[in-house]
Amino acid sequence: MAQYKYWCGPNENGEFTIKKSDETTSLVVSYIGYNTKKIEVKDDSFLTIQLKAVEELTAVTVSKTLKSTEHSLYKATNVQTMGQKELLKAACCNISESFSTNPSIDVNYSDAVTGNKQIKMLGLTSPYILIAEENIPSVRGASQAYGLSFVPGTWVESIQVTKGAGSVINGYESISGQINYELLKPANDIPFFLNAYAGMGGRYEINTHFNNKYSDKLSSTLFVHGNTRLGKNDNNDDGFLDNPLGKQVNILNRWQYNDAETGIVSFLNLRYMNDEKQAGQVSFNPETDKLTTNAWGSEIDTEKIEISNKTGYVFPDMPFQSIGFQNSFQSHTQDSYFGLNQYDIDQKSYYSNLLFSSIITNTKNKFTTGVNFTYDKYKEFVAVNFARDFSRIDNSVGAFFEYDFDNLDNFQVVAGIRVDNHNRLGTFVTPRLHIRYNPWKDAVIRASAGRGKRAANIFAENQQLFASSRNFSILNSDGKLYGLNPEIAWNYGLSFIQDFKLFGRDSGIVLDYYRTDFQNQAVVDVDFSPQEVVFYNLEGKSVANSFQAEFNIELKKHLNFKTAYKYYDVNTDYIVGNLQKSLQAKNRFFANLAYETHILDKGQQWKFDATYNWLGEQRLPKTASNPVAYQLPEFGEAFGVVNAQVTRTFSSTFEMYVGGENIGNYKQNNAIVGANDPFGSYFDSSMIYGPTFGSMYYVGLRFKIK
Amino acid sequence: MKKIFLVLLVSIIGISVQAQEKKKNKNAKAEFKVEGNCEMCEKRIEAAAFSVKGVKSADWHADHKDIHLIIDENKCSKEDVAKAIAAVGHDTEYAKADDEVYEELHGCCQYGRIE
Repeated sequence: MAQYKYWCGPNENGEFTIKKSDETTSLVVSYIGYNTKKIEVKDDSFLTIQLKAVEELTAVTVSKTLKSTEHSLYKATNVQTMGQKELLKAACCNISESFSTNPSIDVNYSDAVTGNKQIKMLGLTSPYILIAEENIPSVRGASQAYGLSFVPGTWVESIQVTKGAGSVINGYESISGQINYELLKPANDIPFFLNAYAGMGGRYEINTHFNNKYSDKLSSTLFVHGNTRLGKNDNNDDGFLDNPLGKQVNILNRWQYNDAETGIVSFLNLRYMNDEKQAGQVSFNPETDKLTTNAWGSEIDTEKIEISNKTGYVFPDMPFQSIGFQNSFQSHTQDSYFGLNQYDIDQKSYYSNLLFSSIITNTKNKFTTGVNFTYDKYKEFVAVNFARDFSRIDNSVGAFFEYDFDNLDNFQVVAGIRVDNHNRLGTFVTPRLHIRYNPWKDAVIRASAGRGKRAANIFAENQQLFASSRNFSILNSDGKLYGLNPEIAWNYGLSFIQDFKLFGRDSGIVLDYYRTDFQNQAVVDVDFSPQEVVFYNLEGKSVANSFQAEFNIELKKHLNFKTAYKYYDVNTDYIVGNLQKSLQAKNRFFANLAYETHILDKGQQWKFDATYNWLGEQRLPKTASNPVAYQLPEFGEAFGVVNAQVTRTFSSTFEMYVGGENIGNYKQNNAIVGANDPFGSYFDSSMIYGPTFGSMYYVGLRFKIK
Repeated sequence: MKKIFLVLLVSIIGISVQAQEKKKNKNAKAEFKVEGNCEMCEKRIEAAAFSVKGVKSADWHADHKDIHLIIDENKCSKEDVAKAIAAVGHDTEYAKADDEVYEELHGCCQYGRIE
């Protein structure tokens, strides 16, 4: 046994005596500021021991700036968290645009008419991604096409992007991944925030947040957002507006109740949104030309009302056990016309989710179980080459159980299963599995597999096709969803991350491979004929393979570089045969360089950010049967786009930014087929693969009261 | 005799009341000091704590060197947990590790034992 001897100091000669123990011959001498020394004592003789001083023992503060986007090494799912810093890189305007600096999500150039930026993940469009606001599914059904543009970027605290199947807790619908965004929490928000933005092309935006803390338990924030696009621009000279005119008012009042003693946290959100867009020919005047052939034009008016509440209770003596209840009522109404086509949809939905989380024997074995209920009442009216009412009621009830085993060292498995009963999808089982293994230091291997099933809202999800002269037809009639069967897909994924030092700098690689295999799909076929869009049940196979390699390095302090290569092979058996998905680049390349100066005493700082996106050639829908004047090439050309932004922080309360999008001024010139004859049978504005507006510059400011 | 009996009776009642008062908590919180340095220590300490039946939650961090436990007192005591942790080489408030075990810890885990 060791003997401990403490002394306040030796005698004036530095001498002291220790009684030798019979059990040991070791003597260890240590003192703060000196290296500990261990010696063997053979006899009772006088010893002189000299301790060597530790070189430079000074207090060191180790600080590390958080990365703007974090890849977790210790979570079972392949999840990336985008913090506010990342969100600020895209100064404008809503969360659909905040993914432009994230290589895992592709922001596409949507049709010229709606001006909407669709996002894609693993080569699949947003309907295959479960998009949730604080774990309540938010962009679904009627809001699928524009939903992300109804969430102002400044409201968002962070975004979690999960690649692959995802958890069963939020539902059965996710196929390629999940995106969850967290809104700012009133309890830790600042009293006042203002953001103003002005962009070329007459785009203006203002965001104000007012926060009030009524007590240490109750707080609320009022978020007010307004944006408008006034300028009529036609930079590619086709007679059509490059971006829709629009205005939006978006108000959210959020309440938070926190009681640390009882373990109750509760949120209440009240929200109202009104959005109006006008697009089409520059000469179009809605007052006189609506639904006439005087000029081609389109208006989309959307109104959204939402009330949602979530309450969580953590057992005071059992921090690992909790109950949560989420409740959300949403009303979404869209009235719109596109030339002579009309589309109206109204969705009233109610969602609720009751969760219970606890442990089995210890916190290495966790589980979450619960039930949820969804009710959707749709009023949907489509007037194209036919006029039909597709109004319906959908409802589902489901129960789920998710087990999470973590050996607290290098292995974790999350296995989930849910059973749902849906009036149109039937009764079905959704299994999901995620495995994490850390084979060595700073590395993680993940594998995932899961099934997803969903009801495709074929019109709401493909609204860009209304802005064409295509005839719509649905080939099947015996299914329960527009005559079609539900979509079913399996998703499998493998991912590997390794962080390492390269020339002494922090760096890392990320390799991902995902495959989505459709058992059934509501195929949207625009290749059968350029005058038609045909919907039918998949016969044969439809797969989406995606591979991504990412490399990031901190080149020097505060200078970060990130680059990624992405390969997509997305093909489907159409009527005319197996084809690559149109408007999908097989190869993409991404690079981002971010630099910031050191923050000075009063918070002054410069931030620079530049992103390069290169898209390889994209297959265009077949137009070979059109007259030569209305044909597009088989492939759209490859192109690159640079976005950049500079932010100057003057103090911790005030900053300004200036930036440019598409600085190289790339334009797709043949964006609208048959633009000279919009009521003829060749008109089609849905074949956009690149920017139509050219370069765009903007300025803005942010002001805070802390 | 009567007195002795009374004393005995009172003391028996007292003991049983005391026993009832000290009803075993299924989610008892406990914390104590555990020596250690790094993430490797964290894994070893927590794994040792979890090896004791009745430990529901164990959290140790190098910053403050306290282990936070939630244990089922019907199944174990904090001293049991301390012993299990000491057995893998980490000194605790209630039990010290054997030298041999300590010596075999990884270099970076060799916390300063003698002050």
